[in-house]
Amino acid sequence: MTAVPATAQPRRRERRGPGSARGREAASGWLFLAPMLVILGLFLVVPVLMALWVSLSDWTGRGSPLSSDVGFVGLDNYESLLLGGGLATQDFGTAMRNNAYYVLLVVPLQTALSLFLATMVNRAALRGKGFFRTAFYFPSVTSSVAITVLWLFLFSASGTINAVLAKLSITGPNWFNDPQGVLHLLLGTVGVDAAPAFLAQHGFLGIPLWEWAAGPSVAMTAFVLLAIFTTSGTFMLLFLAALQAVSHEVEEAATMDGANARQRFFRVTLPMLRPTVFTVVTLGLIGTWQVFDQIYTGTQGGPAKTTLTPAYLSYTAAFQNNQWGRGAAIAFVLFAIIVLLTVLQRVVLRERDVPRRKRFHRDPPAPLAAVAGAVGTTGGPGAGATTSTTTGSDR
Amino acid sequence: MTAATVSPRTRGGAGGPGDGGRAAARPRRSRRRMLATSFTYAVLVVLAILYVYPFLIQVATSFKTDADAAQNAISLLPQTWSTAAYERLFLRSDFPLWFRNSVVVTVVVTVGRVFINSLAGYALARLRFRGRALVFAGLVAVMAVPNVVLLIPKFLVIKQVGIYNSFAGLIIPLLADAAGIFIMKNFFESIPRSVEEAARMDGAGTFRVFWSVVLPMARPALVTIVILSFQGSWNELSHFIVASQDPQLVTLTKGVAQLASGQLSQGTQYPLKLAAAAIMTIPVAVLFFVFQKRIMNQSAGAVKE
Repeated sequence: MTAVPATAQPRRRERRGPGSARGREAASGWLFLAPMLVILGLFLVVPVLMALWVSLSDWTGRGSPLSSDVGFVGLDNYESLLLGGGLATQDFGTAMRNNAYYVLLVVPLQTALSLFLATMVNRAALRGKGFFRTAFYFPSVTSSVAITVLWLFLFSASGTINAVLAKLSITGPNWFNDPQGVLHLLLGTVGVDAAPAFLAQHGFLGIPLWEWAAGPSVAMTAFVLLAIFTTSGTFMLLFLAALQAVSHEVEEAATMDGANARQRFFRVTLPMLRPTVFTVVTLGLIGTWQVFDQIYTGTQGGPAKTTLTPAYLSYTAAFQNNQWGRGAAIAFVLFAIIVLLTVLQRVVLRERDVPRRKRFHRDPPAPLAAVAGAVGTTGGPGAGATTSTTTGSDR
Repeated sequence: MTAATVSPRTRGGAGGPGDGGRAAARPRRSRRRMLATSFTYAVLVVLAILYVYPFLIQVATSFKTDADAAQNAISLLPQTWSTAAYERLFLRSDFPLWFRNSVVVTVVVTVGRVFINSLAGYALARLRFRGRALVFAGLVAVMAVPNVVLLIPKFLVIKQVGIYNSFAGLIIPLLADAAGIFIMKNFFESIPRSVEEAARMDGAGTFRVFWSVVLPMARPALVTIVILSFQGSWNELSHFIVASQDPQLVTLTKGVAQLASGQLSQGTQYPLKLAAAAIMTIPVAVLFFVFQKRIMNQSAGAVKE
């Protein structure tokens, strides 16, 4: 708003009024926005406010949550969830653990894989580029339900994965029915089978630290693979777009200066892709904390609650157990986590930005560094889009 | 752009006339390059197989018998071809009903979004009025709310408004699409103002300018909206779960998800489930192959073509 040129102000004042051109434009502006405002307001803004109320109430799902029978319970729902130590806290803690491992595995792996796919497909001399791009992207367009159904078959006890493993004389696990934690299994191979006293006695969110250290269950790792399979194509496209924006003269210049392929990638290409890397990581973080469809279709939280996620727990608490207040509270905690992580990531990004670029200028291969520093600031397609929208709003 | 991409690489092949000085180094270099190229191909082919094979397995298994599916999970050829799964889906289940419901919802949502998004996008991009910046800021804020957080809230409002267990409840909330509004807004901003001003000089009103001058120019962006809306509402699950519990209003995603979790059947029945999953993939697959070029370029700014 502040950027509005000074000349616009008096003009607007002088021509306002229902009959003037300016007034008609305003009227049609609001008219054009009306359908969007009604729908977004009714199905996004109002719901959030209503759910906020429900999360502070003892509504059991009968009648309207706004009726006078429903009592205000303050932060009770949040307290029983986070501090109560009862079953509610245990379930929430378990769901948080499961999802945290899921995020920790999926986000780095999908980012790395999609970047790898993009650089491979981006080779200029490559024939059949279109085919490979299509093959890698196709899983992204299919529905999460269809893919999960396919995954249930591939990873079933007598499924394709285990059949392939059998050919290599490996007995595969019964994937979606195996609740054992991967880290526990690894610890088991070095002889650590039971919890050390410290880990057994201390806990967080209702479950002992030993359980936190279980790692993702075997069942959850199948979901991790599913997520990587379906999202790598989308993110590959983001990286491809960014790679195509990287000027080839820059890479040529680096080659002239004697950089080999490895150096070119890590010192020239990757620094220029940083905005896209951060976009991908942000989108990954937001997406992976919301796993719902796959769990609903596949395991419903089992085996032994090891694929329970906060999103799914919120759904079951409300729709199956009629604990609407608790369900809504879980949703808001999840919301807070997502916002917090996104903000945290931005802060980390900003702080890392400055020293990194400085370091580049100090590095010995001067031409490379100068080139990377100069082009690194232009930003990827995501960054470009955001700046254009923000400037546009002020016009 | 493409010329720049190709030219540096061709040098490695035959060697241009200006290359004479480096002739001695060429044989070793080109052999290395060939090795590198074959390695790239090998990796890509293996990866492509990993990405494509599951879908081939899906189709193949849907034509197998239950026993065959369990015994020969790798094979792409059924021992005996069986269409039992498809017969059951289409003749003795609610599958056709789910399919119809999905088509109705997807078509209405897509048409609705095209209309709402372009109107709102145009207002935000071009019309000057007080509160526009505020609306835009609100839109950004709303976009940040994760979908899963809205599951319970949406149900509450749908019930309160009285559209639970109705097509209206399935469709109307899905019409809210902040991302689509952004796409349209960005596109309209890229159209030169002079085009509209000419029309306005001729005395056309705001809606007329929008409808007959600007909107026809926005076809590339509208196609993007159509693709995203179609894909989004066809693949939507969570909203349909909370918006109705009427068996008559089950959509494909919800129906197949319940089929998969065993709520509607006993035993594994993988051919049946995979047949259902394969069929529900077909419409988005067709959309994908028809608009492949546009989808692939989307992130590269197809919007601004």
